Amino acid sequence: MNKVTSTPAEAVADIPDGATVMIGGFGGSGAPIELIHALIDRFRATGSPTNLTIINNNAGNGAIGIAAMIKAGMVAKMICSFPRSSNADAFNSRYLAGEIALELVPQGTLAERIRAGGAGIPAFYTPSSYGTELAEGKPVEDFDGKMYVRERWLKADFALLKAQKGDPLGNLTYRMAARNFNPLMAMAAARTIAQVADLGEPGSIDPAEVVTPGIFIDRVVAVPDPQQEEVLVRTGVVY
Amino acid sequence: MSEFSLMDDKLSNAQIAWRAAQDLEDGSYVNLGIGFPEMIATFQPEGREVTYHTENGVLGFGQAPEPGQEDWDLINAGKRAVTLKPGAAFFHHADSFAMVRGGHLDLAVLGAYQVAQTGDLANWRVGSKGVPAVGGAMDLVHGAKRVAVVTDHVTKDGQPKLVEKCSFPLTGVACVTRVYTSLAVIDIEGGRFVLREKLPQLSLEALQAVTGAKLHLDGPVGDLLVPETL
Repeated sequence: MNKVTSTPAEAVADIPDGATVMIGGFGGSGAPIELIHALIDRFRATGSPTNLTIINNNAGNGAIGIAAMIKAGMVAKMICSFPRSSNADAFNSRYLAGEIALELVPQGTLAERIRAGGAGIPAFYTPSSYGTELAEGKPVEDFDGKMYVRERWLKADFALLKAQKGDPLGNLTYRMAARNFNPLMAMAAARTIAQVADLGEPGSIDPAEVVTPGIFIDRVVAVPDPQQEEVLVRTGVVY
Repeated sequence: MSEFSLMDDKLSNAQIAWRAAQDLEDGSYVNLGIGFPEMIATFQPEGREVTYHTENGVLGFGQAPEPGQEDWDLINAGKRAVTLKPGAAFFHHADSFAMVRGGHLDLAVLGAYQVAQTGDLANWRVGSKGVPAVGGAMDLVHGAKRVAVVTDHVTKDGQPKLVEKCSFPLTGVACVTRVYTSLAVIDIEGGRFVLREKLPQLSLEALQAVTGAKLHLDGPVGDLLVPETL
């Protein structure tokens, strides 16, 4: 079995217009910048993909990554918990102009909806958001004297992930807190694409260290020395 | 006693954080909200071991690194660089919020726009304008054994932040158990504000006048004393 794809461009070549795409990361840690930028390159060259729904904790920062996708006009809808950052102009200006839709989800609910999507659990109950405007229209139920809100699973057509170590079977590890949403999104998309900094042979990762087992991963692409979103934002890089 | 000035004699944010830090329990697991609540860790009393949790998947993080030493894959929920203490652990977001909602945290401390006597909290948006952002606030108010708030007692316009019923959009219902303000320490018990401590030079009447719901007494009211130099 060999899931290795030679370039980021090839790895994202079949993401179509209108797709729902989960993108790993929390703020700048764990964001698969090279995969995102490969998608932007294709959009600039061909006009596609566009009209995308993007699922991420945030809604881009600065002028790179998801922010650059939004600025380019590729994104129709964001599903996220915190569309605010040190420089959220890209999302803010489109949102306030009514050019992008927002589904705001409490962070823990977002994580659990994605996990549920990957685990075959269509819905679950959570105390989060009960009694707030984010629970409006959702079924509620009393369990053992406390009220809970029913939330649905969240799935996607594609997931773009950033990992540290990887192998041709798709086994992955993550670097420090860059793990965040990546292992959950790895489970919840029909096609999952991981960029890995350190691609080794099968067996190069201790089985006890594997965080995402290869069964969840469809494509692996080596990106040695990957860019880090926060560093790009702080140095004012524009993509 | 000279007359109490609400603007000049109230506690600073650092002093409120210091007072909240005195209640950090040895051996506890704690999540401090982004911004003001994070300051509490600075004043953690000597000899008490506290393990800090952050939503993005770190347990056991420490102070910020020296400038220039940041590793931006090692951040807290406020997207600020942190360091690791011996015994720290990384985990994914679903495990992180299992720790939150599953009752594994001993304490969560958040900021507030308003707190109601019922324990309702409003801290994520003040109206319908602008771009809404909720983050982990609606999760953090559920599950921790104690949910505390640190806040000024009144708004910049002098309006009470402790109220009968929140007028701003809610973060959670009946979730707050204690409030540390710039004037007092107040518990929420049985749908009532119960006054535990107040600044000694402030009369009960004056405190009640800037509180938007009735303050109840349950035993003696202690003096709210903090270091003056913070």
